[in-house]
Amino acid sequence: MSEVAEAPAKVREPLLSKKNRKLLSDPMDENNPITIQVLGICSALAVTTQLKPAFVLSVCVVFVCAFANLTISILRKGIPPRIRMIVQLVVIASLVILVDQFLRAFAYEISRELSVFIGLIITNCIVMGRLEAFAMANKPWPAFLDGIGNGLGYGAILIIVAALRELFGAGNLLGYPIIPQFMYDMGYMNNGVMVTPAAAMFVIGLIIWWQRSRKPELVDIS
Amino acid sequence: MEYINIFLRSAFVENMVLAYFLGMCSYLAVSKTLKTAVGLGLAVIFVLAITAPVNWLFRTYLLEEGALEWLHPSMANVDLTFLTFIAFIAVIASMVQLVEMIIERFSPSLYNSLGIFLPLITVNCSILGGSLFMVQREYDFGEAIVFGLGSGFGFFLAIIALASIREKLRYSHVPPALRGLGIAFIVTGLMGIAFMSFMGISL
Repeated sequence: MSEVAEAPAKVREPLLSKKNRKLLSDPMDENNPITIQVLGICSALAVTTQLKPAFVLSVCVVFVCAFANLTISILRKGIPPRIRMIVQLVVIASLVILVDQFLRAFAYEISRELSVFIGLIITNCIVMGRLEAFAMANKPWPAFLDGIGNGLGYGAILIIVAALRELFGAGNLLGYPIIPQFMYDMGYMNNGVMVTPAAAMFVIGLIIWWQRSRKPELVDIS
Repeated sequence: MEYINIFLRSAFVENMVLAYFLGMCSYLAVSKTLKTAVGLGLAVIFVLAITAPVNWLFRTYLLEEGALEWLHPSMANVDLTFLTFIAFIAVIASMVQLVEMIIERFSPSLYNSLGIFLPLITVNCSILGGSLFMVQREYDFGEAIVFGLGSGFGFFLAIIALASIREKLRYSHVPPALRGLGIAFIVTGLMGIAFMSFMGISL
């Protein structure tokens, strides 16, 4: 109750202050969930053979991440630490079921294509990782922005990896052929390795290389 | 004999990390030093070896179609399989919470070095993956225990292998921007390709 009484006395921070904008932009680059925090790798390997599922999954993760952060941040003072993981997972699982039902109702084709992967957002470490690292210790609005930012940063990497893998693995982008036929006639071949999960590891490794050679301060020696 | 086969298959041929690429996040993030890697590996063996049989019991006596018949004959038609995910995750979350309390109590240094990746064992895909594979392959109770132990052991071996490689790599001339995480990704990809050679073996 004391908080409610104090609130008008404080100077209100603008909704998109510099600090809050940083919450949105940081995960895109220098605090990227995949390349810096090492969260959410499994799904990045599994869905990135094609561009379209990668795109849909990114949108779903942005939604789940943002609202899970918001909910847990609102509840954070009432959750007993001993059972916090179960509470977090219940919130995540209900949001994921919501997304799943929504896709089934309005985009059945896509939902059938992605099948298991929507359910597996529950075990996507990026959602729970941000809950543990940020939402449990911050106010609802910054937590919400942090969720959106991290979801977008995750999506950015997913889309880059998926575009490269679909282009070199199948010669397509979004299902449309990109590599012209005369290239195949001249002896060009699709790279079969790009379809395996190992290739996703290589591509992400190269993205990390590129990102850190641009910003040497991100390099950790160990 | 059957049990030994399942153990070897789940530890090597169908290794969670290097054959299915599950549980990557903690695998890559915690493999900086051998000591923390051993700690995480043991925690994963423990959680997998317990959750696989417990989830088997849940699945067989509560969730499957007709599984509730032991409660009352009129419940023979109840099918709760749609609750599989949530039930499995709840079991895993409570196990990990237990492990967290144990580690915090007995080894605060390990607790600190694992950091956020200790609670994240809950969402380590290899744990949920283990339970789901167990359902898919229709193991019985004994096989589920062996499978849980075997997959945990496979994760343990894989993370130790990567941690030792990374400790050696520190003394080699990797391009500066690729040091640390970047080279770990590429090494893991190569290890995965090497593990493909196990695929031809049928036990």
